[in-house]
Amino acid sequence: MTGNGARTASGFALIRSGSHGFRMIDARGLTKTFRDKKRGEIHAVEDVSFTCQPGQIYGLLGANGAGKTTTLRLLATLLQPTRGTALVANLSVIDQAAEVRARVGFLATSTALYGRLTARETLTYFGRLNGLAHAEISRRTQKLADDLDMHAFLDRRVDTFSTGMKQKTSIARTLIHDPAVIIFDEPTLGLDVMASRTILRFVRDCRARGKTVIYSTHIMSEVEKLCDTIGVIHDGRLMAEGTLAELQVRFGEQEMEEIFVKIVGEKEAA
Amino acid sequence: MKLNFNQIATVYLKELRDALRDRRTLISMFVVPTVVIPMIILGFGAITAKVIHKARSETPTVMLLGAKQSPIVQAALAAHPKIRLTPAHEDFRAQISNKRLRAAVELPDDFDAALVESRPSTVRIYTYEGEIKSGFATNELDRFFRDYREKAVQARLSERGLPAALVKPFDLLRQNVAPPEKVGGNLIGGIIPYIIILLCFTGAMYPAMDLTAGEKERGTLETLLCSPVGRTEIVLGKFLVVLTSALSTVVLAGASALLTFSVGGMLFNQSGAAAKAVATAAASRPTLPQIDPLGFLASLAMVAPIAVLFSAGLLTLSLFAKSYKEAQSYVSPLIVVIILPALSAMLPGIELNTKLALVPILNVSLACKELVSGVFSWGYLSLIFGSTCAYAGFAIMLAVRMFNRESVLFRS
Repeated sequence: MTGNGARTASGFALIRSGSHGFRMIDARGLTKTFRDKKRGEIHAVEDVSFTCQPGQIYGLLGANGAGKTTTLRLLATLLQPTRGTALVANLSVIDQAAEVRARVGFLATSTALYGRLTARETLTYFGRLNGLAHAEISRRTQKLADDLDMHAFLDRRVDTFSTGMKQKTSIARTLIHDPAVIIFDEPTLGLDVMASRTILRFVRDCRARGKTVIYSTHIMSEVEKLCDTIGVIHDGRLMAEGTLAELQVRFGEQEMEEIFVKIVGEKEAA
Repeated sequence: MKLNFNQIATVYLKELRDALRDRRTLISMFVVPTVVIPMIILGFGAITAKVIHKARSETPTVMLLGAKQSPIVQAALAAHPKIRLTPAHEDFRAQISNKRLRAAVELPDDFDAALVESRPSTVRIYTYEGEIKSGFATNELDRFFRDYREKAVQARLSERGLPAALVKPFDLLRQNVAPPEKVGGNLIGGIIPYIIILLCFTGAMYPAMDLTAGEKERGTLETLLCSPVGRTEIVLGKFLVVLTSALSTVVLAGASALLTFSVGGMLFNQSGAAAKAVATAAASRPTLPQIDPLGFLASLAMVAPIAVLFSAGLLTLSLFAKSYKEAQSYVSPLIVVIILPALSAMLPGIELNTKLALVPILNVSLACKELVSGVFSWGYLSLIFGSTCAYAGFAIMLAVRMFNRESVLFRS
């Protein structure tokens, strides 16, 4: 994993040129086809290739049903690709799925917590599943509880938590094994302003610590505020990719929303 | 494929803790077997005893028809202490159906005269078959007229100076050789394994639905799948929790049944009338029906592979559902499928044979029925145990395979 220096302007240039940036995530022609009795074959993701570097946030922007969740599930090895592959920390999502998962933290609105466990039990459980020793789990729990200010509710059952407490516990759960890659699948979906801010702050934090972050959303402002590289996905295909500045120049628009409409519109027109 | 037993244990312990904090699982796992079993045994026993006792102690009302010219038999019948006569009326059939009358007896017009003149005649008894009180009245009438006929025969023989043995060359006596547990086993033996199999199913049902469809619905399954633990390890850990619940239900139900039999047996022996009624109905012996304790424990052992079969089967089935409710709609009809074979074992006349020993659930119910009666047919027992284990193994394989299919895990 490279250091925090990757965030400097010159670092960006280096990484984008590809000479020094370590490809923590390297998706190569990822394709996922589902079979549906009524609708036949559904091409949820088609030939998607991109790379992500440590210390960067890669934003996956797309409308609902564009293929964001499927792409991220392929990277997190929850689903197996129909064609193509991806390497995460140089490990294959097809042949080394468990090793990949040990290096990935996955947070989505769909990844909920066990209501009948306490926050501490939750962290212990996921620590064990990640193969951490008892002492290591205690140390990590202590650290995460300090960082996220969780001590007041660490030993309460999750089903008594407020949204904010749940959010913090979920974040701690994602980080318990200190993963190199963190995947966020629309993490702010349905959250209020304060809870969303907690998440966004946490995402930036991950970048600052040199983690490789993938962030999927359909909210344009989040992409503008957060992401170092933006990939626009539509109908399962990666339509355009680049920094915000690059996309602004290429499509001659300032607002991300306008850029997005142009990209998607081009496709719709075609 | 190499299994990671550490991970299975981690998943198992967590799921067990989770399940023990779920009220529905707790109720089906602990409360139902410890409360329902004694209630059924004692309640069922007491109610049966009471009903039988009441029916027996009642003097049945019986209508006598066509006795105008037969005062002798009428007087004899009126003098019978266990029958109350009521005047003849045309609508006796309706009265029997309405249970205002237990039975009716119709004599030919000249019954007394025919008897004296040795002319053949027919006495007709009207009964309501299947109704216990009508049955008692009919038995009483039957006995009365047999005695009456026998006396007439003896009178005719002595008139002619012939010995009674001429028409009755030998006596017929009936003696019970079945040990008391066999009698008890047949009576209660049908119902207890049936209840235990049913409880085993309900014991597995709630955790199975909660750990699969329930987790999908709450979104925790995806969280779990994101961790490095393998899917086979996850499903095996979950399966073991469901099995634990099913087996504890069986063990608790078994323990409470044994306890009820020993404690209830003592209580019943002391409580006079009811005990006698049950005893006469059961084995002409003043105790609650007995079961063979060793056979009972063996029958619990026979249910063990069934618990595996149920746990894996229910896990597979509820895995298809997206929500707890959907899982319920898949699983509930299955209860009928479980009840039918378990119930058929209670039918009289169904005995174990090689074919039936291969029918899942029915085979175990039949084996249990024999076991609680103290009968050990080792050949059948091993065939049943072996085949049920094979079915159970197949069910586990199916559960593992299903859990490795993403179309099932991420069905939407």
